[in-house]
Amino acid sequence: MIDFLRLISAARARQDYAAVVRLFPHAEFLGVEFGEEDEGLVFRLPFSDNNVGNRSLPALHGGVIGAFAEHAAIIHLLWHMESAVVPRVVDFSIDYLRPGRAHTLYAACRVLRQGQRVANASVECWQQDRSRGIAMARGHFLLTREADLNRRLSRSG
Amino acid sequence: MTADQHPDPVAVARYFFDMLPHGCRLGIELVGASHARVQARLPYRRDLVGDPGSGHVHGGVLTTLIDQASGVAAVVAIQPPEAVATLDLRVDHLRAARPGEALYCSAECYRVTRNVAFVRCTAHDGDEEHPIAVGMGSFMRTGRQVVP
Repeated sequence: MIDFLRLISAARARQDYAAVVRLFPHAEFLGVEFGEEDEGLVFRLPFSDNNVGNRSLPALHGGVIGAFAEHAAIIHLLWHMESAVVPRVVDFSIDYLRPGRAHTLYAACRVLRQGQRVANASVECWQQDRSRGIAMARGHFLLTREADLNRRLSRSG
Repeated sequence: MTADQHPDPVAVARYFFDMLPHGCRLGIELVGASHARVQARLPYRRDLVGDPGSGHVHGGVLTTLIDQASGVAAVVAIQPPEAVATLDLRVDHLRAARPGEALYCSAECYRVTRNVAFVRCTAHDGDEEHPIAVGMGSFMRTGRQVVP
């Protein structure tokens, strides 16, 4: 069993963001990067032909934008909370505002509500101009495994 | 235009699937297409994993599979076929897919208006009776006709 709490806090202490991405094979596959800016964590997806959905424009695959936003939410939640498990997506919804062009894609996550079991996170995606977002995503993530929850419930009962 | 002049939905769907570099790289395969319906498949691979502890694929992989199948279902539902752009997509994850199993999805475009196509999609990991995810998407028509 991977101890995420330990790995993430070690990476945070070293500011080793790439080490966190390497924990997630699909994030590495897409080419996700992130770092800490004044306003908080900012995620980056440098443009790659591999992530294109429409060759003639070219435009990013809508699924890439959605998956990138979901990685941003999960890593943001792990980075900021004391959790040893990877947040598990319950539902995820993306509004596409503009096509994703052949530029770096950025994302920032806001946790609107975090309870014991579930968090609501929203993710803003933009390219060259943050005031002209290309997508807005939101989703719910489970922060606990059933086994953990059962343990807690039996303890409190 | 009469029905027999309409392009074959399989040929149109195949054309779109082949045209999407990211879908090809991920390994999304076209399984079948008919008027307003598209079925796709994505074999399990280690680099699709989102939770290394469990081996479960990342939710965004399902989003990508569902987005692609749903978009192409909208394309083939429009006569003559027309390129579309995703307006929004919501995916409900009903349960985790079993690590190692291929993902399947079936998208149905159930309504086309002058501007918008509405699509629902169900995904499973081998047992159609127990879906892993359900997607709902709406797609903007672009007016650009597609001739494979």
